[in-house]
This record gives sequence, C-alpha cells and structure tokens, in this order.
Amino acid sequence: MLTLLFDGIAYGMLLFILSCGLSVTLGLMNFVNLAHGAFAMAGGYATIVLMSRFDVPFVATLPLAFLFTAALGLVLERTLYRHLYGKSHLDQVLFSIGLVFVAVASVDYLMGSQQQIIKLPAALQGRVEILGVNIGLYRSFIIAICTVLVVVLQLILSKTRFGSRLRAAVDDRRVAQGLGINVNVIFAATFAVGSGLAGLGGALGAEILGLDPVFPLKFMIYFLIVVTVGGTTTLTGPFVASLVLGVADVAGKYYVPAAGAFVIYTLMIVFLLVRPQGLFARAR
Amino acid sequence: MTATEETAMTIGLAAEPASAGHHPAPATAARVVAALKRRRRWRPLEAVFWAATLASVLLLPSKHLILNEIAILGLFALSLDLILGFAGVISLGHAAFFGVGAYCAGLVATHGITEPLAGLAAAAALTALLGWATSYLVLRGTDLTRLMVTMGIALILGELANQMAWLTGGADGLQGIMMGPVAGWFEFDLFGTTAYAYSLSVLFVLFLAARRITNSPFGLSLLSIRDNPLRAAAVGVPVNGRLVQVYTLAAAYAGVAGALLAQTTQFVSVDVLEFHRSADVMLILIIGGTGYLYGGLVGAVLFKLLQDMLAGFTPQYWHFWIGIFLIALVLVGRERMVGGVAAAVRRLARRT
Amino acid sequence: MIAKRTFLLGAAAAALLAAAPPVYAQDAVKIGLILPMTGPFASTGRQIEAAVKLYQAQNGATVAGKKVEVIVKDDTGTPDITKRLAQELVVNDKVSFLAGFGLTPLALAATQIATQGKVPEVVMAAATSTITEASPYVVRTSMTLPQVTTPVADWAAKNGVKKAMTMVADYGPGIDAEKAFTETLTKQGGTVESLRVPLRNPDFAPFLQRVADAKPDALFVFVPAGIGSIFMKQFVERGLDKSGVKLIGSGDMTDDDLLNDMGDVALGAVTSFHYSAAHPSAENKAFVDSFKKMHSMRPNFMAVAGYDGMHLIYEALKKTNGATGGDALVAAMKGMSWTSPRGPISIDPQTRDIIQNVYIRKVERMDGELYNVEFDTVPNVKDPVKAAKK
Repeated sequence: MLTLLFDGIAYGMLLFILSCGLSVTLGLMNFVNLAHGAFAMAGGYATIVLMSRFDVPFVATLPLAFLFTAALGLVLERTLYRHLYGKSHLDQVLFSIGLVFVAVASVDYLMGSQQQIIKLPAALQGRVEILGVNIGLYRSFIIAICTVLVVVLQLILSKTRFGSRLRAAVDDRRVAQGLGINVNVIFAATFAVGSGLAGLGGALGAEILGLDPVFPLKFMIYFLIVVTVGGTTTLTGPFVASLVLGVADVAGKYYVPAAGAFVIYTLMIVFLLVRPQGLFARAR
Repeated sequence: MTATEETAMTIGLAAEPASAGHHPAPATAARVVAALKRRRRWRPLEAVFWAATLASVLLLPSKHLILNEIAILGLFALSLDLILGFAGVISLGHAAFFGVGAYCAGLVATHGITEPLAGLAAAAALTALLGWATSYLVLRGTDLTRLMVTMGIALILGELANQMAWLTGGADGLQGIMMGPVAGWFEFDLFGTTAYAYSLSVLFVLFLAARRITNSPFGLSLLSIRDNPLRAAAVGVPVNGRLVQVYTLAAAYAGVAGALLAQTTQFVSVDVLEFHRSADVMLILIIGGTGYLYGGLVGAVLFKLLQDMLAGFTPQYWHFWIGIFLIALVLVGRERMVGGVAAAVRRLARRT
Repeated sequence: MIAKRTFLLGAAAAALLAAAPPVYAQDAVKIGLILPMTGPFASTGRQIEAAVKLYQAQNGATVAGKKVEVIVKDDTGTPDITKRLAQELVVNDKVSFLAGFGLTPLALAATQIATQGKVPEVVMAAATSTITEASPYVVRTSMTLPQVTTPVADWAAKNGVKKAMTMVADYGPGIDAEKAFTETLTKQGGTVESLRVPLRNPDFAPFLQRVADAKPDALFVFVPAGIGSIFMKQFVERGLDKSGVKLIGSGDMTDDDLLNDMGDVALGAVTSFHYSAAHPSAENKAFVDSFKKMHSMRPNFMAVAGYDGMHLIYEALKKTNGATGGDALVAAMKGMSWTSPRGPISIDPQTRDIIQNVYIRKVERMDGELYNVEFDTVPNVKDPVKAAKK
C-alpha cells in the first residue's frame, strides 16, 4: 500500500518537472507551447549521447541535460518564439506543432526510431526495504531531486527580486511593464529555465517513461492535463495536480486494472468541471 | 476597434453610431437584412471552387481515393469551423464525434442495413445527441478548460471503443462492413469514383446548409458571441442556448464525416477516435483559416496533398517538411505567403 | 482577404495535383510495400524496409526476366490510410503484390483490396491469427502470436510452473497471446491470473506491484517490442527477478534490435519465438553479417519476415515465369518451403499461414553482447488457432 503511494509520488514528481515549465509559459506570456515535450526529448537524448559517446556518468549528465535544453530554449525563444507573442493562440498552436514535427523527424534522422535505453549506475538500481516499505532506489532519487527543485523554485519565486518580478508579470503583464519591469527579459529567462527543467525531466524520465522520437507527441496530453488541472498562476497548483494525478493513476491501475486508462482522464474532467480555472486559481 | 464593431465589419455593416443604443431602429433592421442578403450572394471565386471540384470528379480519375479522403477531412474541418470559427469554442476532442459517427455507420451496416444514406442519418442523429449531451460539460470554463475537457471526452470514448471489443472489434477494428449501392443504384468501386462522388455530394449539401445557417440571424448571433460573449448576452442573445445548438450541429456534421469514412473505406478502427485526428483537423482548419467556411476545405486540400507528396519523396522524414511548412506559414504569415504566390502568378501572367 | 488568398493557394495546389502523373516502366513487376515508417511503430517499418533492400541487393532486382520495383509507402500506422494506399497502389500503380503491414488493423484494412483487386497480400509483421482468414490472397511470413506463445506455456508447465500471471498489452495480439497461454497452461493443471496493460502506458509500476503481491511462479509478458525494454528494467527494479518469479514471454520482449542495450536486466529471461539473431546456422550468420554491414543495426524478427517475404515473392515469380495473376501467384506460394535464416519454414497450403520452428531461448551474454540463445526447439508449429478449427 505504502509502496504504491511511493510509486505514485515518484511518478507525479516526474510529471511535475516535465510540465512546470509549460505552466509558467502559459501563465506568463499566455503562450500555448505544444512543443514543450520536444525540449524534454532533447534533454533525454542529450543524456543518451553524453553517456554512450562520451562516457559521462549518468548523474553528471543531468545538469548538462538541463543546461543544454535551457540553452536550446533560449536560442529558440530569441530567434523564433518571440515573433509569436502577438499572434493568436491558433497560430501559436500551428507553430509549436510544426516545431514538434521538425523535432520528431530530426531526432529520428539523427538517432534512429528505436527506443533509447539508459544504463543506470549500479548505485541507483534495485530497491531497499525501509520500515516494511519496499522502495526503489531510482524512484527515491527522482523524489529527492524533485523535492530539492521544488524548494529551490519556490524560494526563487518568493524570496528573490527576480521572483517577485516574475509573479508581478504573471499577474498582470501590462501593469508590470508599466512599472518598468522588462517582461521580455524575464520571459526569456523563464522560458530557458522552463525548457531546461523539461530537459532534466526528460533525462530523468527516460528510464521510466522510455524515450523515442515520438516522445513529444506521446506525452503532450499528460503535460496539458497537469497544467490545466493545476492552473497557471502558481507553482503549487501544478505541483499538487501532478502528485494527485500520479498517485491516482498508479492506484487506479493497481486496484482496477481493467479501468486503468480511464482514471486519469475522468479525474481531469471532474476536476475541470469543479474548478474550471485550475485547482488553486483565485477567482478573477 | 471594439468586438461588436468587428462583428459588424465582418458582415459588411458599418458600425452604428453609439446613440443608436440597444434598440435598433427600423432602418438598421433593414440594413441587417440587406447585409445578410449580400452575404448570401455567391461570389465568383466560390463558383470557381465548386466548378473545380466538379471537374476533379471527371478529370482526375486516378486521384479519387485521396480526393475522397480530402472531401471527408474537409467536411470534418468544416464542422470544427462551425464551433471554432463561428462561435469561438475551441475543441481538441472533435474526433469524439467523428469516431462515434464512424462506428455508428459501421455497426448499422454490419447489422444488416447496408443503404449508405440510412447509415449517415443514424450517425448524424447519434452524434447530435452526443454533442447535445456533452455540450453542457464543454461550455463551462475558459479556452484551455474546453480544450482539455473535449480532449478528455474523446480519449475516454477511444478507450471505451478499445475495451468494448464485443461491439467494436476492439483494436483489430470493426470487420465485415459491406455497403450496399448508394441510393440503390451506385455500387462502390475499387477506383473510389462512387466513393468520391458520394462524399463530395454529401459535403456539398452540408456545405450549403452551413452557408445558409451562418448567414442567418442565428449565424450573426454566433459571431457576436464569438467576439464578445458578455456584450452578446447584454443585448439579449441567449448565449448558452446558442452555443449548445451550434455545438450539437457541429457534432452531427463531424458524425457524418466519420460515417462517410466508415462507409467508403468499409472499415473502422479505434484510430478514428484517437488524439491525432482531433489535432490534425485543428491543424487543417487553422492552415486554411477559420470563420469563412472554406478554410477547412482549403486546409484539407493543402495538408493532404502536401503530406502525400512529401511522403512519396521521403516516407521516413516527411514530418520534417510539414513542420517547416507550418512554422513558415505562421512566421511569414499566411497573408504574405499566399500574397507572394499570387504576385508571382500575376507577374507570370503579365509576361506571357 | 485572408479567405480569398488562401483560396488561391488551394487552387494552386490542386493544379499541382493535376500536373504530376506518375511514370513507370511497363514491363516491371511492382511491389507496394506499405509500412509504418513514422510514428510509434516506425522501427517495425525500418527493419522491414532494410531487409527488403538487403534482399534486393543480394539477389538482384530482376527475376524471371522482369524488373522488380519496390514502392515504399508510409501509412503512419493509421488503418484508413493503409487502405487508401493499398487501393491507390493497386488501381494507379498496378502493383502485383501488396506487402508489409506493421500491425493487425493495418493488415486487415487492406484485405478487402487484396480480394477485390486479386492481388497477393504478403503480411510481414502483423501477428493476429485471423488475418489470413480475411482474404484468400493473404499470405504470411511473420508469425501468429498463439503460434509462438503456446510452446512457452508448455515449457513452463514442464518446468514446474503451477501458478502463473499474464501481463499483456491491451490490444488484439496481446489478447491473442493471453488466451493462448492461459488455455495451454490450464489444460496442464496450472492456474493463470490475467492483467491487461493499456497500450499507451507510461509506467508499469502499479501492475508490477500487483505481481509482486501475488507472487506467482512465473509471469508471462507480451508487450510490443520497444516497450519491452522499459518493462524489463522495471521488473528488475522492483526486485522481482530475485523474488523467484520466473519471467517468460514471447520474443517481442527481448527484441534483438534492442536487447543488447537493455543490459544485464534482461539476462535469464526465457522466451519462445521463431527467430533469434543468434540462431546457429550458416544462412543466419550470412544474413546477420550482411544486414549489419549494410544498415549498421542488428536484424530482428521483423527484418527476417521482410527478408522471407521478398524471397517468397521472388520464388513465386520464378514459378509462374514472371506472370503476375494474383490467383496463380498465391497458388505458387502455397506449400512453398525453404530454409530461412530463422530455420526451415513453409507456407501452409490450407491456411496460407507460415509453418515454422519455434525456439525456446534464454538471454545470455555471447562475445560481450546479449543474445537470445536457443536451447530447445519445437519443430514445424502451425498456427494453433486455425489448426483447432479444423
């Protein structure tokens, strides 16, 4: 029972890292970036390439995957994305889907269409039993990293000057701009960090979710679910949403395997009907 | 420009001075009627479009199969245009109706009624009912919520179709559909000629209906809701009622498109309910442009032909080029891209 | 205004469509190879296409005096597209063979065209038993799932498995495999509990936890190749390999294409299948070596089915002296037997399905690489589902 809870939390944490960048993008710039998964995929492949071609140990590839995708995010933001802020949502959808197609085909061309497999270091494999609960080492590793990240992100948001500017900009972009906050710079930085986090999530998740060229399309649905259920105004929302969805998905599949695939969708619809603005949204 | 003024502009009506207030003067009413009439008039370009499609039946016999697919996709996109382009309701789960329509038509045929038109009617009725029932879930909340609720409904239906293998054939697909001849006369042939002519006729009839509906006072009220639901409600448009009606109508259209696919391919698989269908139809509609009924049709022609051509050149990597096309379309702007082509054509025409 | 201009673009595209009639040589025999080349099942398509290219490179593009031309089409794994492509290939390109077909619904969608157009449909991947019954023109060179799962159930019964669990992907082939395994094992006094996993399932944790709690003697697994690797890792991560649960399955789980990358987690898994890249024969060694040289990847069961499918087509053409009537070609294919890289195989003249040896294998390390090493052979297995109907 507790093992189940543990698995669910690990899964939820992974979902959170993968999708928190998207929630910020949506909340801050009101930009529908369906290509978010492509950044996650880029991170995953960065890890694969670093490990197999350059013999970098797995744990060391994680920060590199983060940096690589963050840089990629920054470059794309500066060259392509920023032309689209003024366009309609539909144009943004078209653009980001186009980007996904290009990413899928390019990765396929460069790396092949098969599943990529990460070889974990021995220290992260297997499981231990603590107080009668069976705990997988790798999943604990994910939970540990995510917890640290959540704390750090929350601190940045609430304690730093950058954080307060970001919050101001999410709340009301126009007023923030009027107060002399350079929203564009904030957005570029946030976009880069969000992409980097997705990349990190992709690298961490490759072990559990798998990694192949259609990754961005396969998991787009999951990102969107987390973001809509969680709402886009806070980080707490997507975080709680990820955990709830992760645990519910795992528990649902354990107890009623026949209905396994329904749980997450039904849950989403119910949530959205009760709280159309997201879990923790203030009424506007 | 305010939203209402935009609406007025789109129907070719000069904005009323503010003093006219909430009570349209008789003169205004007359002008609205005139404007509607103007909108209903056929433009030459439209005639060219339909003449070209008619010509394609006669002149392109080897392309009937893909043209049939395009006609069905076009109808599907037209249905999405009804809610997205005319009422501003965004949906990422439109495949729900497409798929249910397909299964309905397929099941009607496997249970002994092989007349295609009966299957169409059944599919339209069932999906209209489904659309009406789900519209109440969909109409709450913001764009993003709608996006996800529609998607969720489609995914759940897809999962249901997979699980109810006794009815739907599950992942193997629904087997054994044998369609009778259309209207007791035209047999479906291997070349797809009957299929294309049939789909095209259905598309044309439904297009006419959609054209009439959108150019009616009902259509105008939808536009006003799209542009500003609050203001529409303030001037007395029953916002929710109208949205339920148009959503139901669009659902029936999508259902008919699905039914056409089931009947002309004589096969249904779980794939008809999958996410990529909803996403593709949205892409197609956006490529063609929303809110003028032809967007879905033009988008379907462009997207399918492009895909077919690219996939012919490079079966593995055609996604790459489609992606580049979409990015370019957005960055360069539909306007300029098409404008460029048009200018080039004009220059060419002048030279010769 | 956007409206008008987009319109023009559409008209231009339509003009393009009209202006591009395909030109092909007239005395060529054409094969329409329809495969998922993009999307989640792309690796199936790639393996088969690679094998087809290899076969043509080795055996030349001319047979019985005719040039053999292969037209590759991508159906993206969508059945109505498969059907349309098959129809276009038959009607416009006048192909003499349809081949490929990555998944069951894709193969089934094309059967009508094969029947109507009287064109042989050579199924190189799809594995649900019923496909060959859908049209008298379907011939299969891959396998059926009951065919390859029954032997491993027998093996399990012989090796003291009383209580087993099955975990299969929730779609046609998975359910086929589940049924075959359950029937075979219960006939021999075992009990089986079944779990079905959604096809698009990102995480096996909850299902594996159920297995861990139930503690069966063996866990039978069928998941599509590719997902198998994720499954294996999570199986080991949960410590199930050390808890005495024997991991058995069909060879999809230990797909040769990916096996070596899976690492030690795969060691010891027992599977039954019709092909292993480590099959000890001269034919196979030559096949694997040249395949690796040409495409720098290891061939898997998809590749060998594509290779054998081409062989079948070539031999049928030789028999008919280059004549391309569908009935004659199918008649020529019936009963044909030869030694494939996977071992001796033949086409059942009654069902047009493949008859082949099924091997029981265990994952072991050979020369530093992981392989499915065969240690037992069940000779000449027919598809048990169709055999039982007679």
